[in-house]
Amino acid sequence: MKELICIVCPKGCHLKVDEQNGYTVTGNSCPRGAEYGKIELTNPTRVITSTVAVQGGAHPRCPVKTSKPIPKELIFEAMKTLDDLVLDAPIRLGQVVVKDVCGTGADFVAARSL
Amino acid sequence: MNQQFYDVIVVGGGPAGLAAALKAKETGAEKVLILERDRELGGILNQCIHNGFGLHHFKEELTGPEYAGRFIAQLEGTGIEVKLDTMVLEVTRDRKVAAVNRTDGYQVYEAGAIVLAMGCRERTRGAIGIPGTRPAGVFTAGTAQRYVNMEGYMVGRRVLILGSGDIGLIMARRMTLEGAKVLACVEVMPYSGGLNRNIVQCLQDYDIPLYLSHTIVDIRGKDRVEKAIVAKVDENRRPIPGTEMEFDCDTILLSVGLIPENELTRNAGIEIDRRTNGAVVCENMETQTPGIFACGNVVHVHDLVDYVTAESQRAGAAAARFAMGSPSSGDALELFSGEGVGYTVPQRLRLDAIDKSVEVFFRVRAVYRNVEIVAESGGVKLAGYKREHMAPGEMEHIALPKVLLQRAEGPITISIREAVK
Repeated sequence: MKELICIVCPKGCHLKVDEQNGYTVTGNSCPRGAEYGKIELTNPTRVITSTVAVQGGAHPRCPVKTSKPIPKELIFEAMKTLDDLVLDAPIRLGQVVVKDVCGTGADFVAARSL
Repeated sequence: MNQQFYDVIVVGGGPAGLAAALKAKETGAEKVLILERDRELGGILNQCIHNGFGLHHFKEELTGPEYAGRFIAQLEGTGIEVKLDTMVLEVTRDRKVAAVNRTDGYQVYEAGAIVLAMGCRERTRGAIGIPGTRPAGVFTAGTAQRYVNMEGYMVGRRVLILGSGDIGLIMARRMTLEGAKVLACVEVMPYSGGLNRNIVQCLQDYDIPLYLSHTIVDIRGKDRVEKAIVAKVDENRRPIPGTEMEFDCDTILLSVGLIPENELTRNAGIEIDRRTNGAVVCENMETQTPGIFACGNVVHVHDLVDYVTAESQRAGAAAARFAMGSPSSGDALELFSGEGVGYTVPQRLRLDAIDKSVEVFFRVRAVYRNVEIVAESGGVKLAGYKREHMAPGEMEHIALPKVLLQRAEGPITISIREAVK
């Protein structure tokens, strides 16, 4: 039995996950908590947010995020794909900045227009 | 002097101001004006590039800029006027707003109703009096957040975080992702001031230790921070000699609390609650000065922007109704904060103005398990709400039904009690 704090929403439910019995989750107050409890102990994932350099925009950085959660162990590798990138303004919300980040199928997309 | 009239003037174009202005317009206010001192709308959300916003309001997980962007996009076609780079200098009780910018110069606008949505500011090193030298490298967490996320400057390489507020936790992760080494997060209280989920996904995910009941007792360094000395504190938050630890760091980020920014409110003579440092408000977010409303972090510091949005929509709707000639009135019931409750918002309830129920927001003073939130009046219990877990870092709310409020004889007290088994 493993105890976790759910990070799906700010409520922060105190979950109990039974690894011996198909990762059944108790203590959750919504179905997303049950899913989180299972994934967190089998293949933990996170949405990664960061920024990339921009030329010619109102700000020198544009916020980006992965279009879906990626495996936790790939976080730093994913961050590296943004290092040498320089975008040209104008940038539109949702524009793909890096395609298929580290083979995860997730893209880095712009989180604002600039 | 040039005078112009608006039905509703909103001071501040962050999440609170945007929601209030949109709702005021939707409710029927004809001329709505947002005054914003920055060069763009969105307020603090523009630098909060992490995700987790909007789960309540949009039922999806957005980053700060995306959340702000949705409201900014909604402005289009509404006819709501926006003045950027505009500093509001004064708000008066007879609803005049003095502001200045480079295009219009000094202007005085008249308003049918005013919504104050100026947000809050961070507590600084000076405010908490950390001993030591005064080298470069000590930032408030939000300032560092702006440098890193918007201006593109890396503020340091070896970082110590003082305070476990949400911005500090978020910046611990952010600095780590950008290649810095975050040595520890140090919190003077025996519990974290931030959300549990942020302890997990910002500290535990990156193996950053959290030292509860610890504080910085000395900062060393001449030109730049070189060392911070951290010690354990006793139950009175006094450092315990002999428990010191040394951290070799070049940067200290402070996440030690937020203060509503109420200079305009104070100067207007609007009643302030010294517990929240924000205006005393009624059920519809009206201050004790008729026709002047307040919402968002300028009233009390929120954890979730979704709640700011909901609160600001109430303020915007009420401001529009006031401007259109139907103010709320009637006798106000006082809401008192009893045992374990730090404050409540609203602080006053006018029963005539409440439809079915009223939402009351508050923070508890300590960490509680298996307790009951009790609303009572004249020694008679009106309502009870059980909670398994409560902490000061997490804002609580209850909905008080009007039928129960009507049974109140005099002020209502909200307190925390051991749950009856």
